[in-house]
Amino acid sequence: MEEQGNLLEIRDLAVEYHTDEATIYAVNHIGLTVKKGETIGLVGETGAGKTSIARSILGILPMPPAKIVSGEILYRGNELLRLPEREMRKIRGNKIAMIFQDPMTALNPIETVGFQIAETIRQHDSVSQVEANRRACDMLEMVGIAMGRFGDFPHQFSGGMKQRVVIAMALACNPELLLADEPTTALDVTIQAQVLEMMQSLRERLETSVMLITHDLGVVSEFCDSVAVVYAGEIVERGTVEDIFDRPGHPYTLGLFGSLPRLDATERRLKPIKGRMPDPTNVPEGCRFCDRCPRAEDRCSKSPPAESEIAPGHAVKCFFAPQR
Amino acid sequence: MRKTRKKSKLKDLWRRLKRNKLAVAGLVVLALLIFVAIAAPLLAPYGYSVQDSKASYAAASPEHPLGADKLGRDLLSRLIVGARASLMMGSIAVSIAASIGIAIGATAGYFGGWTDNISMRVLDIYQSIPMLLLCITLAAILGPSLQNAIIALGVCSVPGYARLMRASVLTVRDKEFIEAARAVNAGNARIILQHIVPNAMAPLIVEITMGIGSCILAGSLLSFVGLGVQPPTPEWGTMIAEGRNVMREHPTLALYPGICVMLSVLSCNLLGDGLRDALDPRLRN
Amino acid sequence: MGKFIAKRLFMLIPVVLGISFIVLLLLAITPGDPAKMMLGTQATPERIAALRDTLGLDDPILVRFVHFLGQIVQGDFGTSFMTKRPVFDEMITRMPYTLLLVSVSLGVSVVLGIPLGVYAATHHNTWKDNGAMFISLFFVSMPVFWFALLLVRFFGVELRWLPLSGIDTWQSWILPIVATSLGFVATIARQTRSNMLEVVRQDYIVTAKAKGLPERRVIYRHALKNALIPVIMVIGNMFGLLIGGALITEVIFGIPGLGQYTIAGLTGRDYPVIQGSVFILSVMFSLVILIVDVVFAIVDPRIRAQSGRNNSKKRKVGNQIEEDPQEIEA
Repeated sequence: MEEQGNLLEIRDLAVEYHTDEATIYAVNHIGLTVKKGETIGLVGETGAGKTSIARSILGILPMPPAKIVSGEILYRGNELLRLPEREMRKIRGNKIAMIFQDPMTALNPIETVGFQIAETIRQHDSVSQVEANRRACDMLEMVGIAMGRFGDFPHQFSGGMKQRVVIAMALACNPELLLADEPTTALDVTIQAQVLEMMQSLRERLETSVMLITHDLGVVSEFCDSVAVVYAGEIVERGTVEDIFDRPGHPYTLGLFGSLPRLDATERRLKPIKGRMPDPTNVPEGCRFCDRCPRAEDRCSKSPPAESEIAPGHAVKCFFAPQR
Repeated sequence: MRKTRKKSKLKDLWRRLKRNKLAVAGLVVLALLIFVAIAAPLLAPYGYSVQDSKASYAAASPEHPLGADKLGRDLLSRLIVGARASLMMGSIAVSIAASIGIAIGATAGYFGGWTDNISMRVLDIYQSIPMLLLCITLAAILGPSLQNAIIALGVCSVPGYARLMRASVLTVRDKEFIEAARAVNAGNARIILQHIVPNAMAPLIVEITMGIGSCILAGSLLSFVGLGVQPPTPEWGTMIAEGRNVMREHPTLALYPGICVMLSVLSCNLLGDGLRDALDPRLRN
Repeated sequence: MGKFIAKRLFMLIPVVLGISFIVLLLLAITPGDPAKMMLGTQATPERIAALRDTLGLDDPILVRFVHFLGQIVQGDFGTSFMTKRPVFDEMITRMPYTLLLVSVSLGVSVVLGIPLGVYAATHHNTWKDNGAMFISLFFVSMPVFWFALLLVRFFGVELRWLPLSGIDTWQSWILPIVATSLGFVATIARQTRSNMLEVVRQDYIVTAKAKGLPERRVIYRHALKNALIPVIMVIGNMFGLLIGGALITEVIFGIPGLGQYTIAGLTGRDYPVIQGSVFILSVMFSLVILIVDVVFAIVDPRIRAQSGRNNSKKRKVGNQIEEDPQEIEA
């Protein structure tokens, strides 16, 4: 059943968070594919459900309160959501690895960084401690940290350096897919560029597919091959970088560009998207973006639009999408 | 405007506390105890020191629901009146400790620098004496009486509140609204009393609730070793001490007052636990 | 590490001076004349004056302080009024019993409390967790002396399984240790549980899971180790509480330790005994806190960093890598 070249395929995934008071609809029946060697960007505002998507793939959603209510996630044809925990562990950190948003808190404060990298290696490859340590040193060097710092603790590193350690840890077993959850958001702008550059070169070297979660369109344009725009738990538009940047089809995507400063802009002012994302505990019946959409009509608030493909591989979830 | 906000905050707290059944149970038991203590003379079937030689060590009966002690004094009546001393020790000692502690903590935290440094070093030394040891020693040296027991308990509990208040003030001190108050030239005293203390109180509420429990516990111990309430005034710790001598034949004389202490401390702890959860911003949703 | 310990030892000096001063103040805050109180109402003014002189009650407080320090350094805490024996000697002979009671109780509390806390945390929000925590709260809320009396009544009088008091056999230690430690088992369990629940929410636990580590390793290696750091602190403070608890348990179970001595001194207003015991017990407590701080620094690298230069650690880490230089070169 595996489509040629698809490394990961998400079908109809829905995630809810149940608390005493309310149910949060975090991810609402989304579908997504990641091709081999491809970098796909997941773009959207904070709270749009991007992290929940990534964590569902790895099976590390906090359950409870989270609950996957439907969908399947196929990795090389294997249904990850039905995989027994034991098998899933062999994939986590080994075939699919993750980089987290905040490097300040992502490392165990009382273990040396070397130990934490070597631990991943020993978990997945049956090698001796010495060999694991040697490979951990290599990984450190690869991300630009002197191997002499193997025995240092996380608090002895700066934020950018910590993120390099996290990246080294994620890449230690040479995964096929890397989930990078806003890997640079918590860093200074100058450090961001360095870390991204490093990730780019490592990706090319190791031929890893990457799912890059971000709210920074600039990063997407530089780094990604394809893009999925996430809004309120739905993918409202997906396509190649060219599709999205040159021929955006969804009013929300357009809005995102309107709220970006451009060098070649003739307009003086940025146009922020008015309003805010719908309350995830109480999502509107129709189109999720309807309340903020400049083109909204009656039908938009009545029923949700279906996804339509406006060009091969370029799909938009909007009534006004130009039909093919 | 400010009042309504405070009100809604309290309402919010109550709403969250209500969901915790154990905490509500603690609150109910505590309220009941306070009621019993206040209305003791009306509730007690006998006077606490009324002796009846015929009823010496009487077993439980309609006349004496929980039996009577050596002198034939009604155990239930003594337990009811005994609630007064215990609750007084708990509440007054904590009030003393909390007000001194809050004053020290708020001053140290707000001014920082050497004020802070000196107060903390003094507290370090103070706390290097085991609390219960200091408490018993103070009570013994001041002389055995309810009043001195309360003073001893209060003085010993100060450091906990002071440290907590200081830590809490440190987190509040640099918030914008304090800057704003400073910008309109409010005096230090005014800033501390009106802005810092109210905003830093949340963690102290839990500590105070639990502190009442531990003061009741420590107070019963003082009375047990004869350093608290003096006979014939009934107090649960004293009653345990009296019952101790006849433990073999009449164990209930020591059993019931102990249960009373445990129930009151337990309800303080349950309520404190519940308040902590209700005040924890991370558990809010 | 050596520097850290040295620094920490140095900080002990003001604390010990402070304790001495407070101990001296205990006499000063006595309402009325301590000398009169000690000798009773029938004492002649001459005898009172003589005692005031021995106690140095008429000297300025600073003079007395210096004098007192001089005595402490020589291990001279005066002579007990009641037993007429030197306080220091008596305390030394009694010390082992108290140390045994306190340290075994502490050990029991740790050995039972930590696993119980982990168990509750790993079964969070189930009846097992709720039940364990509710029972713990019961034990925390119980007066120790009362619980001790109940134990004696049940196991000693009713079942005749264990001796009522004394220290003749090892069995006679069981009840005192149970009575002293049960509340602290509960305290440690509650603390461990809440720390575990706190730590489990941390990002690095998600990282550990994302690395593909088994649940067991995530919990015991990554979560528990971090959760135990604050527990170490609690254990230190508990030593102080245990000393307080030992005062009473020793009296109830007839253990001839420092606690019993202190209580006897307090009820008999035997000032040298009071001063000596408060001093010794407090210094013991301070030493334990010092040890806890050192353990703390060993376990938590962040604390070590705060205490400044620590070259020894860097070197040790270096060894770890260079264990096998050829391997790395290869």
